Amino acid sequence: MEILDILLSENFWAAALRIATPLIFGVLGALICEKSGVLNLGIEGIFAAGAMAGWMAVWLGADLWGGLFFAALTGAFFGLIHAILTVPLGLSQHVSGLGITMFATSVSYFTYRTALPQVSTPPRIEPFQPLDIPILSDIPFLGTVLFKQTAMTWLALFLVVLVWWVYNRTPLGQALRAVGDNPDAVDAQGLSVYGLRMGAIVAGSACMALGGAFLTMSAFDAFFFGMVNGRGWICIALVIFASWRPGKALLGALLFGAFDAFQVRLQTEVGAFVPSQVFLMAPYILSIIALVIVARRAEYPRALLTPWFKGQR
Amino acid sequence: MIRIEPREAPSRRLTVGIPIASAMLALLLAAIPLSWAGANIGEAYQEMAKGIFGSVFAFTEMLTRATPLIFTGLAATLAFRAKLWNIGAEGQLYLGAMAAVAVGTGWITGPPLLLIPMILIAGAMAGALGMAGPAYLKTRFGADEVVTTLLLNFIILIFIQMMLEGPLKDPMGMGWPQSSPVVDNAILPQILPRMRLHYGLVIALTAAVIAHIMLSKSVWGLKLRAVGENAAAALHAGIGVKRTLMSAALISGALAGLAGVSEVAGLRGYLTTDLSPGYGYTGIVVAMLAGLSPLGVVLAALFIASVFVGADTMSRAMGVSSYLADLVVSMALICVLIGGFIARFTIKITPANKKVSTTDTGAA
Amino acid sequence: MINDTVLSLNKLSKRFGTVVANESVTIDLKRGEILSLLGENGAGKTTLMNMLFGHYMPDSGSIQVADAEGNLAPLSLGHPQAALNAGIGMVHQHFTLAENLSAIDNILLGSENLFAWRRSMDTARDKVKDIMQRTGLNAPLDTIVGKLSVGERQRVEILKALYRDARILVLDEPTAVLTPQEADTLFANIDVMAKDGLSVIFISHKLREVLAFSHRIAVLRHGKKVGEIATKDADEKIISRLMVGADTPTSPRETLSVGAPVLELIDLSVTGISARSSLEQINLTVYASEIVGLAGISGNGQSTLAQVISGLTSPTSGRLEIDNQPVQKYTPASLLKAGVGRIPEDRHHDGIIGAMSVAENLAIESLDSSDIQKNGFLRHQKLKLNAQHLSQKYDIRGPGIEAETRLLSGGNIQKLILARVFEASPRLILANQPTRGLDVGAASEVGKRLLQARQRGAAVLLISEDLDELLALADRIIIMHNGELHVAPGRDRAQIGLIMAGEVS
Repeated sequence: MEILDILLSENFWAAALRIATPLIFGVLGALICEKSGVLNLGIEGIFAAGAMAGWMAVWLGADLWGGLFFAALTGAFFGLIHAILTVPLGLSQHVSGLGITMFATSVSYFTYRTALPQVSTPPRIEPFQPLDIPILSDIPFLGTVLFKQTAMTWLALFLVVLVWWVYNRTPLGQALRAVGDNPDAVDAQGLSVYGLRMGAIVAGSACMALGGAFLTMSAFDAFFFGMVNGRGWICIALVIFASWRPGKALLGALLFGAFDAFQVRLQTEVGAFVPSQVFLMAPYILSIIALVIVARRAEYPRALLTPWFKGQR
Repeated sequence: MIRIEPREAPSRRLTVGIPIASAMLALLLAAIPLSWAGANIGEAYQEMAKGIFGSVFAFTEMLTRATPLIFTGLAATLAFRAKLWNIGAEGQLYLGAMAAVAVGTGWITGPPLLLIPMILIAGAMAGALGMAGPAYLKTRFGADEVVTTLLLNFIILIFIQMMLEGPLKDPMGMGWPQSSPVVDNAILPQILPRMRLHYGLVIALTAAVIAHIMLSKSVWGLKLRAVGENAAAALHAGIGVKRTLMSAALISGALAGLAGVSEVAGLRGYLTTDLSPGYGYTGIVVAMLAGLSPLGVVLAALFIASVFVGADTMSRAMGVSSYLADLVVSMALICVLIGGFIARFTIKITPANKKVSTTDTGAA
Repeated sequence: MINDTVLSLNKLSKRFGTVVANESVTIDLKRGEILSLLGENGAGKTTLMNMLFGHYMPDSGSIQVADAEGNLAPLSLGHPQAALNAGIGMVHQHFTLAENLSAIDNILLGSENLFAWRRSMDTARDKVKDIMQRTGLNAPLDTIVGKLSVGERQRVEILKALYRDARILVLDEPTAVLTPQEADTLFANIDVMAKDGLSVIFISHKLREVLAFSHRIAVLRHGKKVGEIATKDADEKIISRLMVGADTPTSPRETLSVGAPVLELIDLSVTGISARSSLEQINLTVYASEIVGLAGISGNGQSTLAQVISGLTSPTSGRLEIDNQPVQKYTPASLLKAGVGRIPEDRHHDGIIGAMSVAENLAIESLDSSDIQKNGFLRHQKLKLNAQHLSQKYDIRGPGIEAETRLLSGGNIQKLILARVFEASPRLILANQPTRGLDVGAASEVGKRLLQARQRGAAVLLISEDLDELLALADRIIIMHNGELHVAPGRDRAQIGLIMAGEVS
């Protein structure tokens, strides 16, 4: 009975969408990288860098959209390093990605500490506010769920449509799909494998950084150490769950958000009997379960993890 | 026109020289963030050196810091050699530490000769168990172990938190979430009086030597390398690939678990959730710097520990954030990756319309 | 008309280190002409074509290509894009198709403006359909390439080149993956295209097809052009002498009476993988002292059968017996133990561990033997002596037994595998495409070793796509089509070809 109440409440679904938003950015970013054939384990660090860069830009006086742009640029920068290491140099995508995560995280933390040496409570910024769209917001249920989100949620949803369109309706999308399946096919038709892959990694990483920026610029209003807290890794699991499809990626992120919102509410109901940590663990356990369920059926991009060198057939 | 050509076989000089050069380059690159933080660079390096070589105490502190890194570096090395991406050493370390306090805080009494081996075995088994899950999910369901081990790190840490607020909580701990102290007879003794350096280091060095011998001289080591280099051919040749992967997983997890035992029973004396500042993740850098060689792990761990201890000292003296150490470590990883590329390939730059071929004979 | 030159290669030379891949090769191609480029593996055909395509830079020499008006102009060397723009198209042996895109998307790939917001495919589709109609090259355009048959994929490859207005088409061993009948269709299509003005360079080492449909034949040997002859003046004898430098040696073989059954497949089925690779109720017996040749177009279940006999796949029903003992456990280790020696189809992928030493690779199938190990530790000295001995016996050449195996040439890698297999004195030898990609010397070495094993009393199951090889080595021939076995009625190529194609059963 109480469970049903939770599932039918508009606040619950609004929270689910809010929790899902950074994951949507992250899963899309991972999807863009992996569809071109390159795994990007830099995601966790790029989240941190995006969170830090966007927040700091605003704190230093940029407007919110300027901060967002700077966050994306920061993500693109770290993506470019990963792209150089894994595409023309063909180095281990696993190790390079972990290296990017360590590098991006430590750059962010060092920058934060250097800019704010002695603060215990981080300074706050004025984050994105919920968009109150006059008439639509008054629609029962949907009004609260959809039309009281911040602009960043709308940006995430727009990106889902954009990514879907690019991959299904444009020549660029065909080339990006092909390069993740058989780079030789792309090369033989006179397109640049390196260009396509590096471009995809840079764009995907920028997208990941927006997910990080959501944390400091929409969900919260300040930067904390350890605030990414495994969200990046969850995205890597979700993209497999989503079989590398933008629509399913949205669905996966929403399911995850709903589950997370649900466990928080369940906690208030049964928290007296179950240690709170059980609920904290749940999202990670859920990700592993989702991964195990789809693992055997997952149709990985055929060229994922395989480096390609020009002139070597 | 830039062409990349594989080298026939990288020379010994390069395989040893490149990690050293990468480490030094990363140290030099630290000058950029240092100058950005407004520090006097010369002075900063001096402080760092002082923090490592300034006194016997400083040097033993560095060795103390290197101890868990040798264990986690070996854990990553053995797993990566089998192309098993165990990124979960951090979690396995905590599992080992938890097992050590579960066994070693008074539940069982006995002389050190009994208790110390017991907590070591318990910790190793707990760590092994922590990696058995992901390895099983990989071999049975094909679930990517990178993701499962990464996520398990979070799950395990939360689990430890739960334990420290529950069954393992120290009743005398004034309400802090920490375990009871490890009993005296289970403590790893100190090597030098009045220094924190403990026998965990000796165990770590022994583990490195054993790992080296097993990897290069045993049939098991040959199988492990075969599976890592070409699993399809290993399977075809009759090697039990899943079994080999599982054994690599268990041993890798056990080594990470030992890092936890060594920290809790050699240094801290009790378990908290800030036992490890990311030793599990840093172990990956150690392993890569070592070129996945067990003996190299010892040297790489000494270097990384020096960076941490040196940066700490420098940070205290000059007010530069100690996150500098993490920055240097991550840069060292990226440098050694690029260095590894240079060792395997030569880059030839030729005028735009003159191409140099790859080394294949172009046989048709 | 047929006298307009569209392509001229002038004194092209290319060395790789000390190896001469091409030396001063001069070839002209006329409009509407079908030129066969013939030569053994390693004769330099592919290097020559890679220079034409700008993948390799020649050490000396030049290339001239006719433009759309027929005027010869020098081709900018070392630029694949320049070759594409000059109207040269190539169909590689390994198809360069993205399997997750449809046929038409593969054809259009790279020809559209990448940054267009949407695609307008109507005119493109009309053009492709027009080409299909003119040439007879039909393929389902909207099907994902991953679902097309090999023949269809090849037609998509050719359509790709023609869509880009290729005036010169290079086909690299196009019939290797086709049935004789499919190959005939291809030849007919090419004939139509040539009459339409397309010039074709046809790379092959199969004399029969070269003689059947090309206009002119150029033969390469050791990187040099050793002869050029109008097809109407040529016959098999002349050509093969040009190719090999002497008459092809045939391995001497004695008639042997077969022994007891060694391999028995009883109602063996493997289902549930994919329709193309499943096996249905296979029954086959291979006796001691005989070589059974398994013919068929690749992808008809041979690989699955090889996997079962190697222990990599378990049958869903039926069983396999070795020396009358049913196999209990389908693992490579248990089949090795039962006395099966395996020469894998993809020697680089399944046969060796490139990053490990020659000595280790020689020992890897016998790790349990006390010659290799003691108490779980390797006996390095024995390992080394063994490797030295085998390197000499099997003439494995390379940078040494301690060197990484990936540094060996394809032929020497195969010799390493032969040494490993034959030294174990197996009861049954499964040889899956054992000579693919090898030069004449190495290939005849493989044949010799298989015949020796037969002499010794081993049973041999030889799987090959090369009918000539099977006819030369096998005592009897079985044909696999669509997961079923058919006994060859005799040694008549045409009959066997029809069964391979599924026309007769």
